[in-house]
Parts: sequence; C-alpha cells; structure tokens
Amino acid sequence: MSAPRLKVENLRVAFTVGGRRREVVGGVSFELASGECVAIVGESGSGKSVTARALVGLAGRTARVDADVLEIHAAEVRGFTARQWQRLRGLEVGFILQDALVSLDPLRRVGAEIGEALRLHRWGTRASRASRVIELLTRVGVPRASARARQRPDQLSGGLRQRALIASAIALDPDIVIADEPTTALDVTVQAQVLSELEAMKRRGASLILISHDLSVVAQLADQILVMRAGEVLEQGSAAQVLCAPAHEYTRALIEAVPTEHTRGSRLSPVPVPEAALGAPAPAPTSAQAGPVLEARALSKSFRTPDGGITRAVDDVSFDLGAGETLGIVGESGSGKSTTARLVLGLESLDSGTVRLLGQDWSGIPERARRPLRRRISVVSQDPLSSFDPRWNVERILVDAVPRSEYRSTAARKARAVELLGFVGLGPEVLPRFPHGLSGGQRQRVAIARALAPRPSLIVLDEAVSALDVTVQAQILDLLVAVQASSGVSYLFISHDLGVIGHLSDRMLVMKDGVVVETGEPAEIFGNPQHPYTRELIASIPEFDPAAIAARK
Amino acid sequence: MTGTGSTTSTAATADAAATPPASRRAALSRWARRPWGLYAAIAFAGVLALAAVAPQLLATHDPLVLDYPHSLHGPSWANWFGTDESGRDLYSRVVFGARESLLIGLGAAAVGIVLALLLGSLAALAIKPAAVVVDRLVEILFTFPALLLALLLIAISGPSAVTEIFAVGLGTAPGYARMIRGQILSAKRSAYVEAATALGHSRRRIVFAHILPNALRPLVAVFALSVGQSIVWASSLSFLGLGVAPPSSEWGALLDAGRQYIVQAGWLIVVPGLVIVAVALTATTIGRHLQSALERGEK
Amino acid sequence: MTRTSPSSWRAIARQVARKLLSAVVVLWGAATVAFFAQLALPGDRATAILNIRSGQAQLRTPAELAQINEQYGLQRPVIVQYLDYLRGLVGGDFGNSYQQYRPVTAIIGEQLGATLTLSLTAIVFAWALMVVWVTLTAGRSPRLRALGSLVDVVAAGLPAYWLGIILLLVFALGLRWFPVIGGTGVNGLILPALTLAIPLAGFMSQSTRTEFERALEQPFVISARMRGMSDTGVRIRHVLRHAVIPSVTLSGWALGATLSGAVIVESIFSRPGIGNVLVTAVSSQDLPVVVGIVTLVAVVYVLANLLVDIVYTVVDPRLAAS
Repeated sequence: MSAPRLKVENLRVAFTVGGRRREVVGGVSFELASGECVAIVGESGSGKSVTARALVGLAGRTARVDADVLEIHAAEVRGFTARQWQRLRGLEVGFILQDALVSLDPLRRVGAEIGEALRLHRWGTRASRASRVIELLTRVGVPRASARARQRPDQLSGGLRQRALIASAIALDPDIVIADEPTTALDVTVQAQVLSELEAMKRRGASLILISHDLSVVAQLADQILVMRAGEVLEQGSAAQVLCAPAHEYTRALIEAVPTEHTRGSRLSPVPVPEAALGAPAPAPTSAQAGPVLEARALSKSFRTPDGGITRAVDDVSFDLGAGETLGIVGESGSGKSTTARLVLGLESLDSGTVRLLGQDWSGIPERARRPLRRRISVVSQDPLSSFDPRWNVERILVDAVPRSEYRSTAARKARAVELLGFVGLGPEVLPRFPHGLSGGQRQRVAIARALAPRPSLIVLDEAVSALDVTVQAQILDLLVAVQASSGVSYLFISHDLGVIGHLSDRMLVMKDGVVVETGEPAEIFGNPQHPYTRELIASIPEFDPAAIAARK
Repeated sequence: MTGTGSTTSTAATADAAATPPASRRAALSRWARRPWGLYAAIAFAGVLALAAVAPQLLATHDPLVLDYPHSLHGPSWANWFGTDESGRDLYSRVVFGARESLLIGLGAAAVGIVLALLLGSLAALAIKPAAVVVDRLVEILFTFPALLLALLLIAISGPSAVTEIFAVGLGTAPGYARMIRGQILSAKRSAYVEAATALGHSRRRIVFAHILPNALRPLVAVFALSVGQSIVWASSLSFLGLGVAPPSSEWGALLDAGRQYIVQAGWLIVVPGLVIVAVALTATTIGRHLQSALERGEK
Repeated sequence: MTRTSPSSWRAIARQVARKLLSAVVVLWGAATVAFFAQLALPGDRATAILNIRSGQAQLRTPAELAQINEQYGLQRPVIVQYLDYLRGLVGGDFGNSYQQYRPVTAIIGEQLGATLTLSLTAIVFAWALMVVWVTLTAGRSPRLRALGSLVDVVAAGLPAYWLGIILLLVFALGLRWFPVIGGTGVNGLILPALTLAIPLAGFMSQSTRTEFERALEQPFVISARMRGMSDTGVRIRHVLRHAVIPSVTLSGWALGATLSGAVIVESIFSRPGIGNVLVTAVSSQDLPVVVGIVTLVAVVYVLANLLVDIVYTVVDPRLAAS
C-alpha cells in the first residue's frame, strides 16, 4: 500500500487574542490516500475551516499550530519556512474557496488570476502560460475560453465564475485539492455543476479534502467523513458508516435536521418547541374576515441597470394566500422572488398590477393611508442584524414594535415584550442585551418576536433561515410551524432552498427570471415537475439517499 | 482535549510558585495600557481653559511691557518661550492670547458645524426639488477649497476677528456638509430604516429616532476635530496678515508678527505654532475618546 | 432577468455625457457664486475701485465715478453684467483687475506655472509617501497599526506654515541641504513640495489604510496566498490596487487643496506664484483677481475630477457605478 498523500495526527490550533490563548481545534487526525475524498463536516464555529487552512500553514498570524504528525507527500511540514510553504502551495496542494465573486480578485482578469500560480512557480514562458490558461478553462468546461480569460469575474455568470476559480486552484495539477465550502452561496444548478467538476477531478486521480456544512453535498463525494463541533472531532469513519449508521447523537441531529418535502409535518430538531409558542395569540381581528389574506394580481416591476439597460425583475406574477396557510416562493438568484416580497410589503412601488390585503386595496393607496394598516403584515429578513437599529438593545427593539394604541403605558409595553420573547423561546434576561452580542439563532428569534408584536395576519419571511446553521435552522422552522398552528397566521416564505420550501409550504411557486413557471403543492411539484426549469432544478438537488450511499461503497 | 488540560495545570503551578514577579508584571502592563493620551489631553485642555479665563495666574511677565535690550532672545530660564522683537515675553503673550484665539476657533467651528448641519440635512432629507438644489449648492461650494472661500469672504468684508470666524466657518462647512449628507443618506437607505417603515412608523418618527442619531453619532469625533482645524485655519489666515492684526496677542497675530524674523528668531513662529498644533491634537484626542465612549455604551 | 452587456460603448458614452453635463452645471454654479461675490462689495463699486487704486478712501467726483463706471460697465443691469461675465469666462476672460487696469488672466497667467509645478510635485510626493507608509504599516500587529493611524492623523492636521518653517529651519538653515530663498530650480522645489505633501499624505493615508485593511481580509487575498504568493507579494500585487481607489478619487480634490495651500507655502519660502498675487489682492480688496484665482482653482478641481471619473468609466464601468 502506497504512503498516504497527506497524513495528520493530533492537529491542534490555538489563537492568541488580547493576550489570552484560546484553543480552536483540538486533536484532528486522518489520512488521505490517492483518489480518496475526506470530508470535514460541521456548523459555524466547529473549526473545520481553520483546520483546512492550518494544513497549508495559513491559519493566521496569531495562530499557533501543533501536531504530532503533519506530512504532505511524506514530507514533514511542521517546521517549514515561509519559502518552503510558498513552494508547496499551488504546486502540491490546491485550494478552492467559496464564492468566486470574492475569491477571485475583482479588479483583475480571470486569465491573470489563473495564470498567477504558473507565474509564481516559474512554469513555462509567458506564451506557454497563456495557452495553458486557455487549456485549463476548457478542461473545467468554460466555453469560448480565450474570450473568457480576458474578462473579469463579475462579467461571468455564477457557474462560469466558480469553474474559473477551480481552474485557478488546479493550474499546476496538484494532486491534493482542498475545497472549503465550494458550493455555499451558489444556486442549486450551479452547485450541481461544481460538484460534477469535483467528481471529475477525483476520477482523474486527485485526492480531495472537502469542507462543508451541507451533508447532502458531502454525501456525493466523500469516502471518509469527520464530524466536528466546537473544535472537536465527534465522529469519524467511512461515509456509509457515518451517514447511514451514525454513532454520535450530534451526527444524528445533523442528519435529521435537513428539511425536505418528505419531512413535512414532522419535527426537525430534537430540541422541543417552547411551550409559550403554542399559545401564540390569533391575529388581530379585522373587518374583512372571509376570503384570502393576500391577493396579488399581475405584479410587474422593472429596474434600470447602471449601464443603461432595463431588467424585468418581476413579470406578471399573480397568487393568493389564504388564512393560516404557507405559500412558498422558490427560485435562484435573479429570479425576482425577493422583489416580489418587497412589492407585497409595499417597500417597492409597482409598475403595474394590484395587491389586496385582507380584502382591502393595499397597493393603490398612498403610503400615508397604508401606515395604520401595516400592522397586519410583518417581515422577517435574512440578516436580522442589519434590520435592527445598531444602537438599540432587544428591549427597545421590541417595545418599539408593540402598538402604542393597545399598550398605553411603558410597563404594559415592556410586559408585552417579555411575552413576545416567551413565544420564541427566549427569556427576559435577553432584554438588556444587544443584537450583535447574540447568536444567529437568537437574533432571528428576536426578529420573529418583533414580527409577531402587532399581531399580524401575514408574515413575509424573506430567506429568513438561509443564514443559519442547519441545527439552528431546524429549531427555527419547528418554531414557525408551532406558531402558525396555534395562532393561524399566514406565511409568505421566500427561499432559494427547495428543501425548506418543500418542508414548510402548503403551496409553492417556482420563479425564474421574474416569471412564475410552475405552481402547485409540494408533493406534485417534487414528484411530477412539469416545466423543464423545474425539472432541472429538482434534478440538481444533491441526493441524500443513505441507502444508495451504503450500496455504492 | 489533552492539550488544554496540560496548559492549565502548568499555569496553575507557575502561579503558585512565583506570585510576586508575575503579578507585578501584570499590574505594570495594565498601568501602561491606560489611556495616557486622554489624560494628557484633558490636562492640557484644563490649562487652556485657565489661560483663557485667568491668564494672569499662568503668565510669568506682563505681556505688554516692552524691553528692547532683551529683544529677540531665544528660549531661556528667564523667558520660557523667548522674547519677540520688542523684548516682550513670548510665553506670557501666548497665555494672554489664548482667550481670543480659542474664542475665534470655537466660534468658527460652531459656525461651520451649524452651517454644515443645515446644508447637509436639507440635502439629504428635504423633499426632492429642494434637496437637489441644496445638494448642488454644496457641491458647487465644495469646489472652492476652504482657504480660498475664506479669503473670498475676507476680500469682500475686510480683515477682522469677526470676519475670520465666518470666513473659516464658511470655508470648512461644505466639506462637513458633504460628510453629513453622506451619513444621513446611508442611514436613510439602511435595512433598519426599512424595517421601521414596514412596522408602519411615521416618517418624522423614523427621522428623529433612527436616521439622525445613527448618522450624526459617528461624527462626534469629526466635530471635535473641526474645532482644532478651525483654530489652525484661523491662525493660517492671520499668518498671511489677513486676520487679527498685531499687536494683539492672538496666536495668529503672533505668527504674522514673527514672519519677518523667520531666519533670526525662528521660535517666534515655531513655538506659538506648536501650541496651536497641541490644541488641535487635544481636540482630536478628546473627540476620539468621546466617540468610543458613546459607542461603548452599548456593548 | 434580461441584461444588456455592460461593456457596450453606447452605455459608456451615455455615462460620460452625464458626467460632462454635471460638471458643466457645477462650473456654471461656481461662476455664478464668483460673480455675485464681486457684487457683494459693500458700498458703491466705483468708489471702492478708486479707493483701492489710490490706496485711500476719499470723496470722488461724479466725473471720476462716471469714468470708472464706463470702464467696468457697472451701470448696466445686473443680468446684462452677469451674461457678459459668463460669456467672458467661456472665452477665458476673467475681467480686469481693480488695482491695475489689466486683464486678470494676464496677472494670473504670469505666475500660474510656478504654482502648478509646486502643486503637482506635492501630489507626486504625497502619493509616494502614502503608498510606502501604508504598505509597511497596514494590517500588521495592532501596535503598529495604531502607530500608523496616529501618525496619519497628526500629519494630516499639521498646519502648513508651521511645518514649512520647521523644514526650513532644519533642512535649509540648519543642515544647508536646500536654499533658503526659493529658487525656481529643482532644489528650491523640494521643501515647499514636502510641506504640502506631508499633510496630504496623512489625509490620504487614512482612507487608504482603511481600504487596505479591508481588502486584506477578503477571500481573494487568501486565494493568492494559496497559490504560493508571499505576504509582501499579495500586498503589492493585489491589495494595493484596491486600497488606492479612494485616493485616486481624492486626487482631484488634492489638486485644489494643494493649489490653495500653495498660498501659504509660497509666502514662507518666498517662491513666486499666484499665492502672493492672491494675498495682495485680498488685502487690497481687488475682487476680480481674487475671484479669478478662486474660480480658476474651482475649474481645475472640477476638470480634474471629471477626468478621473471619465477614466474610471472607460477603464472599469464597475468602479464607476460604485
């Protein structure tokens, strides 16, 4: 048996911050054979990215990396000088980061970025480097490579950009490739392309180290899986073992937390929903009770692009939303789903079309008349931190959202704030704290509490769980389901994540380029997609079929 | 994690064995990290205030007494800052000039800030036609450098202390107005203002509760800096002979008088200039700490 | 979403045209402000002009006043004077000085070259200082960063007269490296240019430093390191280009600031230039000259900014849009 390409034993990383030493990674060990893929899975703060960077000596200036063994191509790298590291990086190990939009220098041409590794390692002449760049781009599947090489990253589409990023990492044909969250923040169709590219690399003989929080992405490629949390490896083994027969309860929680259209109606998280959520009150009564909560007809909106063109963000979109119902809108970036949400909320003016809220005209009336009606509709957005005034603490945020007409005294408003926190599972000790001191999940709960404050009939959730870790996302989704069950509020849920939409929605819309291409119930759409785009979208979802994985190995 | 375990136990034993040197070093480093700059700035500001209010307490000589035999002497134990061309003690002149200089500087800063607030807020918050007009006006005024705008005003009204105040204020206002406008606009377009709109709050409530506090708070340090800058500009004008005229003890006037003696008696300009720079630094330091304190209020 | 290609020449031409229009509006506004400033001279203008000429205030005879009114066209309606003034500006005529009956353009033109040289040299020095200083001190240990930041702020706030005199005393009088009375040669240019360059460098360093440290955190920097680039290499080849963007934008303003700063510096180093012309004009309230110089500087500022803007639009529409 040949020596492993990479061998690490008991890797530890500590950071010195403000004079104190904090251990961030403790005791990671694995071996990487040729043609193998080792995946490191974990949520934010697990230390997986730090581990990856420590393997190539780029953990950071204040980091202290220790290991019993750290060998790359059978050479001990622990004592490497800066120059030795520079020689190794790019040549023996390639690194792919997430999101080419920021991982490639936005001011330089794509060809220059790809050729940089060649130049640094003194490979060939200027002419031979240029043709090698074109060869690489063609290899990763970029058409018209010579023209593309002269463009900048923002001039390429998401998929082509990411392929260019991969090309820049494999320029010197390293036989170890580390990919850190290579598919996060990408559209599902682009993600599928990137995964197939990585698979091709593996077939050609490269060894991969794949870092991800997404188990379904990992399931496609991994031979060996390490599960990390808070710097520790909780479980380690072959892919079949970890995914089909997980030993640690955290791994089980990770697997069960993934929402799909099959998990509808069941709880995703082992953490129980707060009792108070089950008592969330019904929406404030309005004059018009019967009929749909929201009626949108022929909504259209166009924008001017900075270079003078016009883009149709939303084109003739219509839908209804009934009481106590969840309507999901799914689409990739640029599909117009977020603009639709903003049009419904009245934060963006319509070019044409109408919106009626609770049977009353909503889009046609002036803003001054809309204001008193705004309590009927709330919003929870993707980044709660920026939607809070940075100077305000949680108490002030919630008290500000409580309607003054119903709760006249300060004491009454404060009591109501405590009550709202209870609905979302937070205690009154959170009141004096500031949002930037809370975790992502806590912040989103505060945002939901704020949205519930005026007792709305409808809450618009725009990518509300997209930025959360999967276990936290599971808790929030369970919370949303419980609140809806007890209070009867309706949800308009926008997301790019088909699994979340499939799990949560009673009905769903699929949007592309501003147009609704298909509507229906999740079971129909996932089971029997009609429109070719929907079919492509569904086919791109990485398979997370434990049985198939077990059979594969 | 055996790693952390062993480190903590070694630390504990080290602590127990060597308490005096370790704790002394820790205390020393804590002492060194205190904000000495701020303390120095506050102390200096105190001295300035005293000089402005009761200069006779700080001065060593009578600033008006002429003493020709001792003219143009460098700094010495008798005359801390040296003497000028008429033998007057420079240190005492600087002390007595503090009141007028500080008044001019503070007045100019006040004029500049008020004007900037007015223009900047209008350009960002007024209804569309008015806002565009004010914005263009600010852009147009900004094309004239601060010093030149000030000179223009002086050319029209003739040099004097009052003119100096308005000239410097007018000169610095467009730059600050642009800054204020930018801050207000970015607050206006922020996600939290949009969230407040979605909650149904009135525009007036949003402006006063969210936009203005968030836009203006980061500018506290800038305003403090402008006090220092105004004093520097005002003294620059006097240096050119276009501000307060000698024989006033106002610092700028001292600079103007010292111009003829640059080669023989450089201290006549260097020392009052040093005082002015110190005042500007003090204002900046206090402003920065004030700003950090305000922001630390919510951690 | 339907999109038109961002590099289409029509789109670029449209953006350039928009900027040109904007610049023209600003220039017109500046000229208008300048014109009304001239009108703001208190009292009767003809009397004022004569007083300026003779250097003393006295009662003037109607005949004398009539002559001045004729020469300067002061009796015509304001609108006519205004339009005439604008027409003159477009043709390069800034009116005539009150003190010497000579075209303002002639007076300025004689001295402009020296000041412009000083100004441009100062900007070059400032850029060199800033690039080296920021590259060395940004994004390193917290203590070095704090020091760098402090030096930026202190340098930016140094008064030109004070710095100039210190430099003069130390390098010219003390070490005798440079002449005391400014000649027109290179030697006489260095200290005055440095006096202007150091505060400018401090000011530009502040925004460059912030941008530098922000760019240093970006993923593309790590990508470059992952390809085998050294830390210094990344700083120079990747980060620097991002970091200097705000300073390029500032360079238009810097031209105006150094031209106005030249007023003080020329006085200290006894250099020829429009600075001295300006100071004399202000003391004698010779408004056409003052207004002429001030307007000229404003024009230079607007044109410089316009040039920078247009270069951006053509080279990188993305930057222009940002």
